[in-house]
Amino acid sequence: MTVLKTKVYIPRDTTSLAMGAEQLAVEIAAEASNRGESVEIIRNGSRGMFWLEPMVEVETDQGRIAYGPVECKDIDSLFDQGFLGGETSHPLCQGLTEEIPYLKKQQRLTFARAGITDPVSLDDYQQHDGFKGLKKALQLDAQVIVDEVKASGLRGRGGAAFPTGIKWQTVLDAVATKKEPTDSDGQKYIVCNADEGDSGTFADRMVMEADPYMLIEGMTIAGLAVGATQGYIYLRSEYPIAHQILNEAIAKAEAAGFLGTNILDSGKTFQLEVRLGAGAYICGEETSLLESLEGKRGLVRAKPPLPAIVGLFGQPTVVNNVLSLAAIPYILAEGGQAYANYGMGRSLGTLPFQLAGNIKRGGLIELAFGLTLRELMEDFGAGTFSGRPIRAVQVGGPLGAYLPESQWDTPLDYEAFAAISAVLGHGGVVVFDDTVDMSQQARFAMEFCVEESCGKCTPCRIGSTRGVEVIDRIRNNENRAANLELLNDLCDTMIDGSLCAMGGMTPFPVNSAVQHFPEDFNQPNLKLSEQGA
Amino acid sequence: MTAFNEQSRQLVSDTIARLQHEPGALLPILHGIQDALGYVPTEAVPMIAEGLNQSRAEIHGVISFYHHFRTTAPGKHTIQICRAEACQSMGARQLEGHAKAALGVDFHQTTADREISLEAVYCLGNCACSPSIRINDDVVGRVTPEKFDQLVEELKSQKLEVL
Repeated sequence: MTVLKTKVYIPRDTTSLAMGAEQLAVEIAAEASNRGESVEIIRNGSRGMFWLEPMVEVETDQGRIAYGPVECKDIDSLFDQGFLGGETSHPLCQGLTEEIPYLKKQQRLTFARAGITDPVSLDDYQQHDGFKGLKKALQLDAQVIVDEVKASGLRGRGGAAFPTGIKWQTVLDAVATKKEPTDSDGQKYIVCNADEGDSGTFADRMVMEADPYMLIEGMTIAGLAVGATQGYIYLRSEYPIAHQILNEAIAKAEAAGFLGTNILDSGKTFQLEVRLGAGAYICGEETSLLESLEGKRGLVRAKPPLPAIVGLFGQPTVVNNVLSLAAIPYILAEGGQAYANYGMGRSLGTLPFQLAGNIKRGGLIELAFGLTLRELMEDFGAGTFSGRPIRAVQVGGPLGAYLPESQWDTPLDYEAFAAISAVLGHGGVVVFDDTVDMSQQARFAMEFCVEESCGKCTPCRIGSTRGVEVIDRIRNNENRAANLELLNDLCDTMIDGSLCAMGGMTPFPVNSAVQHFPEDFNQPNLKLSEQGA
Repeated sequence: MTAFNEQSRQLVSDTIARLQHEPGALLPILHGIQDALGYVPTEAVPMIAEGLNQSRAEIHGVISFYHHFRTTAPGKHTIQICRAEACQSMGARQLEGHAKAALGVDFHQTTADREISLEAVYCLGNCACSPSIRINDDVVGRVTPEKFDQLVEELKSQKLEVL
């Protein structure tokens, strides 16, 4: 006779583990066995409500009930108060997971399965609409797949917001160089940019750790669409858990015939391999990434030629961000129009925003474009973690502008942000309270560029070092007015004279800090010793 | 410090043989060597150069370009402290200062007892629970100076792993 086991979900993503989920899973299992309770512990992905992690969910007849943030010291009382039976009286009980407003108010397309399924279970994936898009794509002509992506209005989610369908069309139309004259086709590539280096972003990581098959499916569809049989996921080395989960998922997908040669008996081939980066922020820039994949220093390439025409190993290559590729299965399964029904203007679909930094309720919020920053920080984020007033927000990673309160009502939309000299980038939102020193943040932007510039363009390589020095002089009240003017000049030179966004956008956080928070640059004799290392 | 002995030479040469025919083999080879030995020894450079038919300068150029690769043996444990903006907003600068003082080393240095190497990192992707550090392969969130001391204490009281 089989005893019905109670299903208990304890996430295995980086943040949950960083907050103690591993030990918690061990101790909950031990306590259940002590008490003679029959439980099945499932290590799911995170739902993305990170302030509740580790969030434990118990399956009941009404649905899954959430408890969080759970620490090991809470285990006894959870069992005592009958959490396995769905008893909701425990102070950590959050009620039905699906009813938590933070989650309920979202429009989850890409993250529909995140945290619900066991990330490496093929059964779970298929029970939740997985591989529907792939099965459809296998029936379609390459051009029809590309047309569907064009119809969705999807724009690259890595930050540059280039229309994905157009990029795919270019690769589909490009003729690949043949290795041998007798080859039927030359090699094309699909490269997934999983070098998510922007501070304040973790959406790519969540896709890979919570729903890796979606990325595998998206890349396979991309391969079918442009005629590429080889794919690489370029993953940053800072993500060991994602690495482990991706490799596990790829092996399982291959064994089950969803990947590799003769996909689902279609005769089509798509091979996929994860390649690790090595701690270079610049390798998130697509041409630098390609150099790195080829085994070289990550030096930025001049464009043209576009990677779509001369990409990896000189062959036509699609380079897409994790989120762009992860949006593809939905677009194929439900149709491009279904995706385009979300969003505003030319920013169609949903964007997974990532609320981070000094925020009470940080996490992943997937919504159609058009919400304002203030709604995001106040309605979802519930203010700062420290309880102090919010003073500045950096949107779009380390190359994004710092926004003062007067700009928080800007709708989150690519064009609206461009209009205020800001970027949405990869959707990262980092909140600072009123203890922030904006001259220090401006200095860090330059310092980061010193650290991470690939060195190809002089304004970026040397300008950033001079930038740190000039800001130090300003902070130290040496010829302040003249040095502020010099800094402005330097920023112009970097913007105009750099090949890529590293040098070209480092001035964004610097200029915005000077412009919107001038008082932080006008304090007499700031001590240099206060600025950290 | 582990010397570059016959065993490490064998390991390097096996890693090269296993991966040299992969497209863009250099990074996978360097990762393979560093995962096994903890660093990429200088002695490995001419071996890799020969295996890939590249110059030693090219191999050195790649090793020195990437922050992840190191050319000296690390301590028993490596602690990375995130220096990026989300962590800054939650006190990473203070944490960094505390860690350096507590361990008595700067970034890219190893404590005198060879227990801990301290490194900087720019984002661990745990930005909603900042500030974050990584101890070997484990990320830890919401790290206060007190929690840092406690984590270091736990590391030091662990039994020596035999490599």
